[in-house]
Amino acid sequence: MSLATISLEHYLAVSAMLFTIGVFGVFIHRKNLIIILMAIELILLAANLNLIAFATHNGDLVGQIFALFVLTVAAAEAAVGLAILTVFFRNRGNIDVERVNIMKG
Amino acid sequence: MINFDALQSLEPNALILFAPEILLATMAMLMLMFGVFRPKSMRTVYRIAITTLILATAALLFPFFQPGDFILFGGAVIVDDFARYMKCLILAAALAAIFMARDYLERTQLQRFEYPVLILLATLGMCLMVSAKDLVAMYLALELQGLCLYILAAFKRDSLRSSEAGLKYFVLGALSSGILLFGCSLLYGFTGATGFEALANAAGTMPENLGLLFGLVFVLAGLAFKCSAVPFHMWTPDVYEGAPTPVTAFLAGAAKLAAVGLIVRFLAGGFLPAATQWQQIIIALAATSMVLGAFAAIGQNNVKRLMAYSAIGHIGYMLSALATATFEGVTGILLYLFLYLTMNIGVFAAILLMQKQDSQVENISDLAGLHERNPGTAFMLAVLLFSLAGVPPLAGFFAKFYVFLAVVEAGLYPLAIIGVLASVVAAFYYLRIVKIMYFDTIAEPMRQTAAIELKCLLVIAGIINLVFFVYPAVLLAPAQWGATSLILP
Repeated sequence: MSLATISLEHYLAVSAMLFTIGVFGVFIHRKNLIIILMAIELILLAANLNLIAFATHNGDLVGQIFALFVLTVAAAEAAVGLAILTVFFRNRGNIDVERVNIMKG
Repeated sequence: MINFDALQSLEPNALILFAPEILLATMAMLMLMFGVFRPKSMRTVYRIAITTLILATAALLFPFFQPGDFILFGGAVIVDDFARYMKCLILAAALAAIFMARDYLERTQLQRFEYPVLILLATLGMCLMVSAKDLVAMYLALELQGLCLYILAAFKRDSLRSSEAGLKYFVLGALSSGILLFGCSLLYGFTGATGFEALANAAGTMPENLGLLFGLVFVLAGLAFKCSAVPFHMWTPDVYEGAPTPVTAFLAGAAKLAAVGLIVRFLAGGFLPAATQWQQIIIALAATSMVLGAFAAIGQNNVKRLMAYSAIGHIGYMLSALATATFEGVTGILLYLFLYLTMNIGVFAAILLMQKQDSQVENISDLAGLHERNPGTAFMLAVLLFSLAGVPPLAGFFAKFYVFLAVVEAGLYPLAIIGVLASVVAAFYYLRIVKIMYFDTIAEPMRQTAAIELKCLLVIAGIINLVFFVYPAVLLAPAQWGATSLILP
């Protein structure tokens, strides 16, 4: 296989890897909440990569428009997430994942 | 003379059919501006919000009502009887959430104008969710309501519990939207379409396509997260407990309605040709939710937490009706949603009515002797709890009856047996509260707020549940219209 051709499968493999890293980042990471936010962004980016690769492959514009919408949503999500994180930090004094445990059961 | 044929062939005006959503969006933005310039005039903002919700319901039903199904905005959304039915319920739930909040927010010094604005925006997202007919519209609507709900859960921002609830809800909600979006991208890629109809056709013609199946599973996982079906339920108890009580009522009412509405629209409306592929998943979700909802609630002492596990169980019943993929099943879900909404509003209004010296009553043991102090509240709460448990002749029994009837008719006997057994177990913890209210001695002095709207909501919910059996057709008929627009009987 020549290096010059990057087919749809390559894009899908990369995005599947990004998605997996993102999901594992949310579940396995036990130290810092900011990293969890980054992992969530990674998941959204994986989906975006998929959308754009498919749109190019199918010769269809909808996927690219969808990707633009997803970018907007990702920005809003980051804003809301950081705001809630700040509020939590003010009350708790840290953003340690293992300490987010007042309510249990 | 008017030519009726010519009138009917006119292209319906999309903006008029879409009036409720447009009203909600513009008024929410106006209220934001109003709040910025007049931050002190809380009451006005509340009144505007209430008026907007009533006007939106009216716009949905009366002046511009045109029967039939309309696909608007290039196939992005559809206005049909299912959407109208769900939107009515969602708007009613939002109205209840605003009414419930007034007294609570005054007592807890939380009177900020953002509350009604966020409720309106979340309601807008929910209305769009139940009428989405396209993956893009579905995802955007889901995110609109999700982002508003995360903020609402953390609304009591100087409380650690509330901010923790918001944080947990945000992380898990964002993760589930991400999974759903990844599924959407796969569905789009392997079918080349985003509209539900085109997806359904593709699913019907190539049922063995692995990419399509993967996409479907990812989307279903995301949707199961949103309606808190086991095994994607872990956020529910914590968020319900930590969020301010009126917000919890909104989450348990409107948000559940919209999530179930979306999953029904997506599967029964869109993916009906591929029913054999998703039925197994829904059966598994339904069975585990019913069982977990029944058993995990037994050990709970916090009423809000108990209601969370109860919600998980009720979602299980609704999903078991969806697993039938029949007209009867969808009718059962729609009726169940309405009755479950009334029970929810009633129970949360009762929780909000009761308070100790300076805090809200949240523990079940605090309800001891409620019958002696407030016989009216105790009676209405008991009616609602019996109804949640499914005791005839209350409404909750009929809700379960129609669901199980559909399940048995579809031949899913194991699911029906699990459901009946789970509801017997669940009856235990509802009846335990009734026993504590009526037979235990008073533990601690407690008083009721004077909020008239809470009493009204409690009484209305109680009466609906009490007298439903007299004439069930009143509610059954709209549920059947709604179901007809997805599956033909």
